[in-house]
Amino acid sequence: MNPYPISPIQIVSIIFSIFLLVLIAILIRKKKIREEYAILWILIFLIFLLLSIFRGAIDTISSLLGIQYQPASLFLILIASLFLLTFHFSLVISDMKKKINHLAMTLSILEESLSEEEKNSS
Amino acid sequence: MKLLVLIPAFNEENTISDVIEETKKNLPEADILVVNDGSTDRTKQILSNHKGIKALHLPFNMGIGGAIWTGFNFFCKKDYELLVRIDGDGQHPPAQARSLIEPLLKKEADLVIGSRFIKREGYLSSLHRRGGIKLLNILTAFLLKKEITDNTSGFRAYSRRAANLLRKDYPFDYPEPIEVYLLSQKGLKIKEIPTEMKEREGGVSSISLMHSYYYLIKVLLTILVNFLYGGKK
Repeated sequence: MNPYPISPIQIVSIIFSIFLLVLIAILIRKKKIREEYAILWILIFLIFLLLSIFRGAIDTISSLLGIQYQPASLFLILIASLFLLTFHFSLVISDMKKKINHLAMTLSILEESLSEEEKNSS
Repeated sequence: MKLLVLIPAFNEENTISDVIEETKKNLPEADILVVNDGSTDRTKQILSNHKGIKALHLPFNMGIGGAIWTGFNFFCKKDYELLVRIDGDGQHPPAQARSLIEPLLKKEADLVIGSRFIKREGYLSSLHRRGGIKLLNILTAFLLKKEITDNTSGFRAYSRRAANLLRKDYPFDYPEPIEVYLLSQKGLKIKEIPTEMKEREGGVSSISLMHSYYYLIKVLLTILVNFLYGGKK
């Protein structure tokens, strides 16, 4: 059982986490965000939701990690999540850049062959 | 021997015509391919006025590595056998291109580099750049047990095998030093011959003073990662 009485901030964070999860679900349904990119977001929002519901979890994590000031462990989790997300974006961007370069290269070679053919036919 | 001369050009309206004419004069049997790397000046119009050359126009500026990589892909697709790279800024002397091909024809090497530092004549780059080149040389000598005196020189000739290998996984940001590492790791032979270079006549270097140190750090990082990773395989 949760030994803490429910506080206003807890209600706000639970509602906010659920809102974000629903938002992601809608975006996936509308094909506005690809599942592969949404997985990390869903995972992070789920963690936030669990932390909001079980307030004692933060205290447990703090004492396990030897953190005196409990909110610090919340920030730690938050920053770690953001790190993961931005790192994931770097991977995606690098991959996209590679593909764009490949497209540009192929396009330029195709253009050249086309203009060569036009010259030959005229 | 089907020979292709690759001329990467980014905003080289002042020099590109001379480089093309010089190349035609010195290597009349070669096909000339200019890769216009998203130039914003008159380079494209100038190229369309030249008869008997091939030109690829990249839709955006990919950087020198991207332009070379595009050239490699064209080279492999069209079944050429030898590739010579001459930069569009007029630093590289087309008159000496033939001596770059010689070792390839004799099958002595797969990559031939025209080095400024064997005879130490002509333009030798600025002082702080020479320092960077020196550092790269020391690292190359240490990691590859091989002495390359001018690892950043872009005046190079490639065999088909070398171009095909490099095309697959090309280091876009800083191609010259990494080429040496990639090819050495695959056991290809590299040879240097003495050349003279001029200070660039026009355009802007792909590496400005501000970026020189950033470039050096990136190159060192890539070399180390490549070496460690390549060593494990």
